[in-house]
Amino acid sequence: MELLLFNIFNGFIIGIFYALMALGLSMILGLNGIINFSHGGFLALGAYMAYSLAPAIGFWGALIVSPFLAGFVGLIVERVLIRPLYGRDPLFSLLLTFGLAMIMQDLIRTFWGATGLPFEVPNALTHPLSQVYFFITGYRVFLVALALLATASLFALLKFTRVGIRIRAGNADLEMVSALGINIYRLRAVNFSLGIFMAGLAGVLAAGRLGLTPTMGASLIMPSFVAIIVGGVGSLVGSLLGGIIIGVAAGITTTYYPAASDVVIYLIMAVVLIVRPRGLMGQEGLLE
Amino acid sequence: MKSAASRHVDAAKPADAMSSQKSTRRRVAASALVWALLLTAPYWLPLTGGYTDLGSRVLVFSLAALGLNLLLGFTGGLSFGHAAYFGLGAYGTGLMLKFVTHSTPLALLAGVALGGLGATLFGPVTVRRRGIYFAMITIAIGQMFYFVAVRWNSLTGGEDGLTGFERTNIHFGHAILNLHNSTIFYYFTLFFFAIGCAVVWSVLRSPLGHTFVAIRENQKRLRFLGVSVGFYLWIAFAISGFIAALAGALYALLNNFTSPEDLNWVLSGDFVIICVLGGMRTFWGPLVGSVIYVVVQDYLSSITVNWMSFIGAIFVLAVLFFPWGLLGFFQRRIQK
Amino acid sequence: MRDQDGFGISRRDLLKAGVAIGVGTFLYPGIGAFAKSDDPVKIGHIDPQTGTYAALGGSQIAGAKLAIDQINAKGGILGRPVQLLVEDSAANVGQSVQKARKLVNRNKVHFLMGAVSSAVALALSQAAHDMNVLYLDIGGHADAVTGSKCHWNTFRTCSTTWLLTAGDFKTIFDKFGKKWYFLTPDYAFGHALHRDYVSQLKQAGGQELGNALAPLGTTDFSSYLIKAKSTNPDVLIVLNAGNDMINTLKQATQFGLNKDMAVGGAMMEMEVLESLPEAARYGYWNMEWYWQQPNVPHVKEFVDAYKKHNADKVPTARSWFGFASAHALALAAEKAKSLNTMKVVKALEGLELPPEVSLQPNKAIYRAGDHQLIGSEYPGQINKSGSYPNLFDVADVVDASKIARSVEAKGCKMTYPS
Repeated sequence: MELLLFNIFNGFIIGIFYALMALGLSMILGLNGIINFSHGGFLALGAYMAYSLAPAIGFWGALIVSPFLAGFVGLIVERVLIRPLYGRDPLFSLLLTFGLAMIMQDLIRTFWGATGLPFEVPNALTHPLSQVYFFITGYRVFLVALALLATASLFALLKFTRVGIRIRAGNADLEMVSALGINIYRLRAVNFSLGIFMAGLAGVLAAGRLGLTPTMGASLIMPSFVAIIVGGVGSLVGSLLGGIIIGVAAGITTTYYPAASDVVIYLIMAVVLIVRPRGLMGQEGLLE
Repeated sequence: MKSAASRHVDAAKPADAMSSQKSTRRRVAASALVWALLLTAPYWLPLTGGYTDLGSRVLVFSLAALGLNLLLGFTGGLSFGHAAYFGLGAYGTGLMLKFVTHSTPLALLAGVALGGLGATLFGPVTVRRRGIYFAMITIAIGQMFYFVAVRWNSLTGGEDGLTGFERTNIHFGHAILNLHNSTIFYYFTLFFFAIGCAVVWSVLRSPLGHTFVAIRENQKRLRFLGVSVGFYLWIAFAISGFIAALAGALYALLNNFTSPEDLNWVLSGDFVIICVLGGMRTFWGPLVGSVIYVVVQDYLSSITVNWMSFIGAIFVLAVLFFPWGLLGFFQRRIQK
Repeated sequence: MRDQDGFGISRRDLLKAGVAIGVGTFLYPGIGAFAKSDDPVKIGHIDPQTGTYAALGGSQIAGAKLAIDQINAKGGILGRPVQLLVEDSAANVGQSVQKARKLVNRNKVHFLMGAVSSAVALALSQAAHDMNVLYLDIGGHADAVTGSKCHWNTFRTCSTTWLLTAGDFKTIFDKFGKKWYFLTPDYAFGHALHRDYVSQLKQAGGQELGNALAPLGTTDFSSYLIKAKSTNPDVLIVLNAGNDMINTLKQATQFGLNKDMAVGGAMMEMEVLESLPEAARYGYWNMEWYWQQPNVPHVKEFVDAYKKHNADKVPTARSWFGFASAHALALAAEKAKSLNTMKVVKALEGLELPPEVSLQPNKAIYRAGDHQLIGSEYPGQINKSGSYPNLFDVADVVDASKIARSVEAKGCKMTYPS
């Protein structure tokens, strides 16, 4: 029983992580209309930059600066590579970001080397918080807290700031927003960069949990897609929910039948698609 | 302005008929050239620094992309998960040879059936959605097969891949087709490639094919006309799945080996880029794309550790500068 | 559509550049390091340079390159220069097989070598068998390569899973206790290590408290570690490799597992040690070769030469595998006075590596019966406070010929083509 409880808790942590990825992906998918395969690459980039920055500005400094740097790189990529794709068949954005992901993985390997690198987390975060529930380590709680904080800030940003309201409006009806005289190119650039910021943040957190390898992003991206499909395209709350659901499901499966822990998330997706094709919270007919 | 335009159209009419006659002739000539090159490949390939197995590989990838292109280029269904049916074809063939029979044709048949039926079965789940959603669902279904293959150690060999089978010679009475010979296996592959081409060609010329293209051009209108779009998409999905499975089955025979990578979404991406590189809306696009992609990858990866960057750059540049592929690009220039 | 033309580079320019690159690509492989008249002896080397195992593959390639330089400096093989053709397998089995066929069919290599993972080794062994080419497995450990799936043309330099486990079993058992819990990666290599440890454990009167099978590539091992902790074993045996090992050790530290029980396993690699944060450096492990052997002749020269070529990095066990493998092929060809596959196979059978290649206190011999190199194992302890490159303390150098199982027990029935 304790094992099950633990795995649910653990699944929740993993799920939060997927959700962090899925939120960024989902934002970019919504307003930019781009399936961003290079999201995993940006995650790795965020992690590696944090690794290089940490000796100079410390863990906490890197935690803050690295996602911004990733977001900035995202801004440049959007301007040069993504912008020509708007309004074209989604096929092209898929292929371009797919190629970009390969290039990024290669560059990271060339620059930082193929050997995995250790990423030190402050000592204060590494100890178990309780003797009985020893598995609740400081870093895990910190990870959940930070992910929740980031998510809450994102939602607040979208709800209360001018640019956030515009992004949401653009999500609902891009033509109307454009007709109102808002520069949608700039809006999309900001949105893309914000999505990449989330990937960078996830990267720093992943670095502390898993260490760094050039391929670290590749294994995290597929579950994030599934999270979006399960949650429903176009709904950020859905993506959050989707991430947590598949994380917990994978956690529970690990308790009883570890070999199926990967397959189970795809089964959940299949069930959702058959019972409710638009996803749990998705809107009908969006992005089709 | 208006009158000038209509005059232009009038004047263009006879020229049009003439040019269509010309273009038909050109098309026939091009096809003849393609077949002539393919039939003689084992003789000229070594002269260019290639080798026969590379030729077989090009054919296998062309065939898979040809199948995918029926869906992608002609029906407008963006599948990013066709490696699943390719891989099922490969595993079906490999498992059959390893556990059931030593007959190559039977194993091939089993692979095609497994992959094709897989596509037929999962088609209805995917065709309910379109665009990006369709792409994501096809990827996810593909990954499901991938993980099944990775985890089902006892049957598939898991991560290690499926070994311990090999293609066997085919006996026709007294005559023996020695498939162990690379050149003969090339022609064996070419034979099935030709069958694949014939299937796609006749589908495209039939009313079914015209419906596919109509779906690509304006799905909404067809819906209003009462056409069951989902049904036709499903048919396109199934046919293309069968062809991809045939390619996968041949691939298993080529390597005498299958691994979960043959099911992975990265391979699906390769198939899509092959279609795009060659020209999605052209018949020979997949072949041209496959020649470029397979050959470039083969050479680059021998020369530089950073071959992935170059392949990635091909993706990026193709999307930005040649969205209609090499054949599409030349077609447009000729039409100009 | 306007956007895509706003780049300053026209399609025509791009097309031209593309053609130029394409032509260059076609020509390049023809230009080797040697003049044509020299007619080099070609060794095809397939190892991962990208992907998960890139670091391990890189070490093997670096070792092999050093050996090839030495061989060429001494006049090559049979008076002909030696050329190492390295191909990237990306740790992808399908790609490895494809590269093997390319090296043999197109480049006409005389020998094949390589592999980091067992999967690739098994696949290459079969592909080489199909093509009648000698294949030397450098770093794929599964017993089957020189056991139940042995081939007349396949040899191996790195240890079998049995040797890995037998290397440190006795020490761990004597030192830390007899109640063991296993954390095993769920694929052939992991299963083999587990089986080999358990059979020794049972014979010694120990007890297996449990075995958690974790899928390969798992990033979160906490649920398995929790299971292990709840059984309260004396020893936790971790059989993961590469990144999985790194993640396991890091997470075990976070749960304080290393304070409650001894941690150890069959295979530790220098590349893994480098990636471990200091807090996660602990445990009792087996290495297959170590750079610090002050009393063994030639080791220092090798380490210095290697460091010079590799940015001051010390050679790892994988570097030595690559080094010894390339030398072994050259020695066998010299001994056979031929490049004929069967003749070189016969020459390699029973070949003893000379001290400047073996670099260990014990004899290193390619056993004739199963083509397995029998050398030494280096059990020991991670050096907790050390900094690179002093990360491991070798406790004992075990002579592998004393612990190796017989050819029959391994299940190898060698058949030669008539």
